[in-house]
Amino acid sequence: MGVTKEQVESSLNSKLNPSHLEVTDISGGCGSSFAVEIVSEQFEGKRLLERHRMVNAALEEEMKEIHALSVKKAVTPEQWKKQQESNQSNPAA
Amino acid sequence: TTIRCSALTPELKTTLDKVVTSNKIVLFMKGTKDFPQCGFSNTVVQILRSLNASFETINILDNDMLRQGLKEYSSWPTFPQLYIDGEFFGGCDITVEAYKNGELQELVEKAMCS
Repeated sequence: MGVTKEQVESSLNSKLNPSHLEVTDISGGCGSSFAVEIVSEQFEGKRLLERHRMVNAALEEEMKEIHALSVKKAVTPEQWKKQQESNQSNPAA
Repeated sequence: TTIRCSALTPELKTTLDKVVTSNKIVLFMKGTKDFPQCGFSNTVVQILRSLNASFETINILDNDMLRQGLKEYSSWPTFPQLYIDGEFFGGCDITVEAYKNGELQELVEKAMCS
């Protein structure tokens, strides 16, 4: 029953071909809930709502069983690089 | 041909069209604004409150047909679902992000003044 972190990862990997992917199980035992951080070239030129829709669509089958999905980050490789750099130059942030 | 079961009947679609266009800001959520029954719904309520927005909330836990139909209507699988000016804006994560970067405030102000 339910959906595993591995299933979520494999669907996102095959459909959005991410250069970085982090799936975290946030269910705390109450059912399938996941937080997702995803970096993909396919987000290029897409607004946030469209990006989230792409993630939802990639997980269409899993969503039937997932109780909560939180897309913490859906960024392009370029945005990701910038964010990493600013984190490094400003470790307190 | 495949017959697909749909919770979004023409009647429900007409009703939803009316609900989202006759209110500037509508939040379909778990619980009500005075008694949110899920942390994600509560987050969006608190954000709208902090922006001094006047908004309607509709409790999807009251009506399973509404809950299923809305997922199709918005093409969005989870709740809460925020509508501004007749248009689907997003779920909790998008609302939080837009709140942080100021985009939401701008949109809310525009909606309230229009």
